[in-house]
Amino acid sequence: MSFNLQRFWAVVLKEFIQMRRDRLTFGMMVGIPMVQLILFGYAINSNPKHLPTAIYAADNSPFSRTIVWALRNSSYFDLTREAHSAAEIQNWLAEGTVQFAVTVPVDFSRKLLRGEKPDLLLEADATDPSAVGFAQAAVSQLATTVINRDLTGPLTRLRASAPPFNLVSHQHYNPESISQYNIVPGLIGVMLTMTMIIITGLAITRERERGTMENLLSTPVHPGEVIIGKIVPYIMVGYVQMTLVLLAAKFLFDVPFIGSVPLLVALTFLFIVANLAVGITFSTIAKNQLQAVQMAFFFFLPSLLLSGYMFPFRGMPGWAQDFGECLPLTHFLRIVRGILLKGNGIAECAPDLWPIALFVTVMLAIGIKRYRQTLD
Amino acid sequence: MGASEFAIDVRGVTKKFGARTVVNDIAMQVRPGEIYGFLGPNGSGKTTFLRMLCGLLTPDGGEGKCLGLDFRTASNEIKKRVGYMTQKFSFYEDLTIEENLDFIARLYEVPQRKAAVEKSLERLGMTQRRQQLAGTLSGGWKQRLALAACLIHEPQLLLLDEPTAGVDPKARRDFWEEIHKLAASGLTFLITTHYMDEASRCHRLGYIAYGNLLAHGTVAEVVQAGGLTTWEVSGENLAALADKIRGLPGVEQVVAFGTTLHVSGRDAEKLRASVAPFLTNAHRWTKIESGLEDVFISLLETAKDNFS
Repeated sequence: MSFNLQRFWAVVLKEFIQMRRDRLTFGMMVGIPMVQLILFGYAINSNPKHLPTAIYAADNSPFSRTIVWALRNSSYFDLTREAHSAAEIQNWLAEGTVQFAVTVPVDFSRKLLRGEKPDLLLEADATDPSAVGFAQAAVSQLATTVINRDLTGPLTRLRASAPPFNLVSHQHYNPESISQYNIVPGLIGVMLTMTMIIITGLAITRERERGTMENLLSTPVHPGEVIIGKIVPYIMVGYVQMTLVLLAAKFLFDVPFIGSVPLLVALTFLFIVANLAVGITFSTIAKNQLQAVQMAFFFFLPSLLLSGYMFPFRGMPGWAQDFGECLPLTHFLRIVRGILLKGNGIAECAPDLWPIALFVTVMLAIGIKRYRQTLD
Repeated sequence: MGASEFAIDVRGVTKKFGARTVVNDIAMQVRPGEIYGFLGPNGSGKTTFLRMLCGLLTPDGGEGKCLGLDFRTASNEIKKRVGYMTQKFSFYEDLTIEENLDFIARLYEVPQRKAAVEKSLERLGMTQRRQQLAGTLSGGWKQRLALAACLIHEPQLLLLDEPTAGVDPKARRDFWEEIHKLAASGLTFLITTHYMDEASRCHRLGYIAYGNLLAHGTVAEVVQAGGLTTWEVSGENLAALADKIRGLPGVEQVVAFGTTLHVSGRDAEKLRASVAPFLTNAHRWTKIESGLEDVFISLLETAKDNFS
């Protein structure tokens, strides 16, 4: 058999016709590169700047004001909050409302003037080491030069021995900057997102594609019994996956388990439900299993990139952060890292729980509405 | 069975998909123990009607009872008493025969489930093959499995949607034997089919086209109601003859049946007048009783003028 151009062309044409008919696949072929382009091109930045920083200036002097001003000018720090106690600072770091906290101790200027080299405390939430690395390098540069401007006249002598104060840098939660501490707990969220959405999407679409759904619905079984019955096994699968990752985190990667694992297990349930809701909604839209997988991928890609799993969340531009805030994975990552690395309790997790709950409500409303339509 | 003497007794059943009326004002009465054949071209609304009866679709209009229960409000109760066999094999191909039966039995909350599954396997003659995956069964066996699964909760009414499509003649015959046996024991059947031989094995028939029920009754009644006159022609050069008489006034159908030609029309006089010049020695003309198929096609042609 020789290669016949006409036959070959017939196959090519047929493929194009089919490609055009499957709107969703066609959309994905164009959509996924676009999404990747936007995400990788604009959203991702591995040198995050403008990190929210709290300041606790116990010593309100020209020197501390200069330090504040210099931090702001470095473009790495945005002074978003002013604390009135050290406890407040610890709280904000735990909640993750600030990435850094600067404490100017009570007798800072007095000691500085005496040439006693006072300490300036810079605390960082280092759960994600890549988010704080550059900023920390910048601040140590700053320390040597910034105050020199204020050391004029008789104080000039203090300039001589560089730097006139000690920058004490504390990396909270992950002092050794071990990136596994950040990645491995986060993996729980990534894995659950992928499995729950793809599997539920497939499980329900398959039932419809093979015609078995019609048969099921002709029996006395209630649609709710079908849906819940179909997803419960996968919730169990999700927990098995979670257990595996937690065991690996503990025994292979030595990730600290500071907070309560039962709390984590309980809160994970909400996250699993969120992903199942997405899967069910997708399955009501997808016409076949291929489309269900494509839609899952379309959701998974931004989740992976914009949630703060792979790249520092605060390194992204505002619009990307706003989008990321809508994704359940973003909040789950904060919860899981918060519990395991920071020892957070339910109170610190609350700011990330309600967005997931809201997401579940909206998704389920859409899913149930669409599911009803597919019946009639 | 309640006050109604009918297993199915519905009137005015209507279903619209958007602007399109798929089932239009259909009335149907089926007695207990009766095999009712439901015929009509593809897309005529047969499946939609079955789905409404078993509560899969919500009708837009109509009233009546199915097994003595209001078919619009009591669909959950009806589902428990009805077995529905879909057009496409819709059991789990990656489950074994036994697992499929067991699953369906659980959904219907069959009492003494294990025994019911066992009984069903025995009746199927699949006791030895119970561990076989349903996906590996041949077409005929799949259809038998589907029937067995529909029967596992001992329903009073079976709705079978083209149950014998793609099944070989022997399996089809066995299947119909089984159905007649079950009907004799009091089970009611509503079966859609495209096969005329199957239609004639039903106690009564209904013919639906474009969502309208065009004829119903026993085979003889339907043929009678069709009011068709049919001539059978045999001889030489039938194809040439067919070309000549097709389209003459009163000639509605000219269909080749092997070595004969069936010529039919509703107006017997017009038909006779038109074919008179061809009544020569070259061909043998015999007046025969019209077949179901001729009647249905004639009905369809008329319906096309009226409804489409």
